[in-house]
Amino acid sequence: MGPLNGLRIIELSSDGAAFAGKLLAELGADVIVVEPPGGSPQRAYGPFLEDQAGPERSLYWWHYNTSKRSVVIDLDDDAPGGGRDTFRRLVADADALVEAERPGRLAALGLDYADLRAIKPELIHCAITPFGRSGPRSEEHATDLTVLAGSGPVWSCGYDDHTVPPVRGGGNQGYHTGGVWGAISVLTALQHRSAGGSGQFIDVNMHAASNVTTELASYGWLVARREVQRQTGRHASPRPTDATQVLCADGRYLNTGVPPRKPAEFKVLHQWLVELDLTEEFPLAVLLEMGGQYEHIGMAEIEEDPMIGEVFGAGRDAVALIAGRLSAHDAFLGFQQRGLPVGAVFAPEDIVHDAHFVARGFPVEVDHEDLGRSFTYPGASVRLNGSPAVPPRRAPHVGEHDAEVLGATH
Amino acid sequence: MGASALGHVRICDFTGQLAGAGATRHLAAFGAQVIRIEDPVRKGRWDILRGSPPFKDERRGNEFGAAFQNHNVGKLGITINMRTERGRELLTELVGISDVVTENFAAGVLERMGFGYEQLRAIKDDIIYVSNCGFGQTGPYSSFKSWGPIAQAVGGLTSTSGLAGMPPAGWGYSYMDHHGGYFMTLGILAALCHRSQTGEGQWVDMSCTEAAAALLGPAVLDYTVNGRPTRREGSPDSNRDATGTMVPHGIYATAGQDNWIALSCRNDAEWAALAEEIGASWATDARLATVAGRLAVQDALDADVDRWSRDHDRFELAARLQARSIPAAVVARPGERIDQDPNTAAWGLWPTVDHAAMGEVRVDGMPVHLSETDWVIDRAAPVLGADNEYVFGEILGLSASEIAGLADEGVI
Repeated sequence: MGPLNGLRIIELSSDGAAFAGKLLAELGADVIVVEPPGGSPQRAYGPFLEDQAGPERSLYWWHYNTSKRSVVIDLDDDAPGGGRDTFRRLVADADALVEAERPGRLAALGLDYADLRAIKPELIHCAITPFGRSGPRSEEHATDLTVLAGSGPVWSCGYDDHTVPPVRGGGNQGYHTGGVWGAISVLTALQHRSAGGSGQFIDVNMHAASNVTTELASYGWLVARREVQRQTGRHASPRPTDATQVLCADGRYLNTGVPPRKPAEFKVLHQWLVELDLTEEFPLAVLLEMGGQYEHIGMAEIEEDPMIGEVFGAGRDAVALIAGRLSAHDAFLGFQQRGLPVGAVFAPEDIVHDAHFVARGFPVEVDHEDLGRSFTYPGASVRLNGSPAVPPRRAPHVGEHDAEVLGATH
Repeated sequence: MGASALGHVRICDFTGQLAGAGATRHLAAFGAQVIRIEDPVRKGRWDILRGSPPFKDERRGNEFGAAFQNHNVGKLGITINMRTERGRELLTELVGISDVVTENFAAGVLERMGFGYEQLRAIKDDIIYVSNCGFGQTGPYSSFKSWGPIAQAVGGLTSTSGLAGMPPAGWGYSYMDHHGGYFMTLGILAALCHRSQTGEGQWVDMSCTEAAAALLGPAVLDYTVNGRPTRREGSPDSNRDATGTMVPHGIYATAGQDNWIALSCRNDAEWAALAEEIGASWATDARLATVAGRLAVQDALDADVDRWSRDHDRFELAARLQARSIPAAVVARPGERIDQDPNTAAWGLWPTVDHAAMGEVRVDGMPVHLSETDWVIDRAAPVLGADNEYVFGEILGLSASEIAGLADEGVI
């Protein structure tokens, strides 16, 4: 039983609300996704099962709507007993509403917080919008790409070569950052309510969310007006830094992290070079032996003491040399088992087979009984040992739960 | 000031860096009493951000790291020497009156100090214990070390950020340290909800790498369902839309040095509006009128859009496209989005706090507003041991002389 068992959340299906709804469903809430007649526009998003489009074949829809129930409601139907009345009845039985409609739309339908709280005073209404519900830019049109461009992430991502465009990281992370804040805020408001407080309205601003998810790019400017510059495969920085992404023998990449600075690290690095029989072609190996004698190398000393700088550089070069001779995976395991923090640059497809992720039960099988098959999905973002969620259910068909949800709502 | 949402929650907090400290920061902003515990012997330097750049001015040292200060606003700070018997007794007392214990040490560290979940539970039966590390507490990689760039690499985020035919661009900052904190926050709140309903506490074993992998769902499914890996000719190309519905969808050059605009056409009508704005014959080619037609010539189309946009001022162009209801935004520099964006200013996104050593400093605010119990950030990060008197005196009930004695004995 998930930690949110017993909570009912209504989600108005949209790009901006889907991830918040998914997170709450993963944690055990009964999330009812409301689709317009014909189904959510997300059902037209690829990729598709066997590359054939169709409302029940969108893998995008499948991923973002696991464990939700679907009802179809026409919010444009304001006849007595019509869609809007149905929606009001649904909200009257719910703990929270999560939506990402354009500012003004729900008010025009008579379904905004002011209207809904009259029906359900304890309601928590969470609106996720690109720029917040009010404010000078709230009317602007946005997609994940333009949110990430305008709020900082894109400025920090890309390549050393600034004649090619900066990069938006993949996977709709602007929507995700807004979505996780939606879920955090709903649970915060629920905590308040369960401690005796009232319901409330939550205004989630995607643009603000990514603005405060940029690490040094923001607080480096806030405190010292330092502007970072993007670099290939590593942190954007006010001053250029050494590469940390190495091409391995199998054509894949390794992130080498911070080079060795502790004597024990130089010792194991030297030992590994010996084991790999690479000392002949790496004359600087002698510097690693010296490094093993130092107590510790601080960043200031690397810049000030020429010999320490040489040792530090030799460590960095040795890591790159070894990484170039091994597969990314072997290099990752070899360095980490020797206490040196590096990371293989895995692709999403690597993760579902990887021994660690599998051992922890991260990839999960989801039954598609309608297709007579099951498929492997990424597991939950955060799992609670003491209240594990039930295994995820496949995303619902269009209006699959109309009868059981709307029939029971009076 | 209104009510606070989490005023009933006390957190005994061992977190540091960003992935952990970021989580308890949010709970403090919503009113939780977060008591940050640091080691007086090492002067809290386990959190390397304490004395690390950026710095506000020329001053350096353990109380001048602006990242540390940013991540720890709103918290109380105390010192406890866990090597001493008396220190462990004080921690036991504190756990006994706390709701949540949080940490992001390497796997197993707190247990070796004698405060693993079973010991915490023996102190307080309904305690919520949330641990957060790169690879989680179990599994073949559980002993591996990690921070943001490594979690991003292993979790798949690095490889899925880049342009076709080029190495991974990755994320130019620790995106997963922020998100590690967000998902840790979510785990804490979900566990509190579970406790509200059942009276039970629990242990939450969070892994930043799993949280990263969970952010790439459709790409995983394209592989597990269709057998299509992301490593293939022309992929990943993350400035493009992965759903196949938006073309053009990219980042294009504009006038000036390193100036760019992002734009997307969500449908054929928005393309028609863009073509009108472009006003050139190539743009009104009938073959471009449909998504399928534009997808078929996407490389050439992107090159044409880029040739057109590079003569324009990016702010003027974004405004003109927005006037036609086309999603568009400049690629904003830090100063542009922080000091010149009317929306972040109106939101109150960059509050100022007064730090005991650094003086006035601006920090990240919160991207949500709650109508009844909004966040408050008005208290800077604690200098080392700043709240020893309050916490040991007012909360644990020790006298001033007892507290002075603890300091003399090296316990706090």
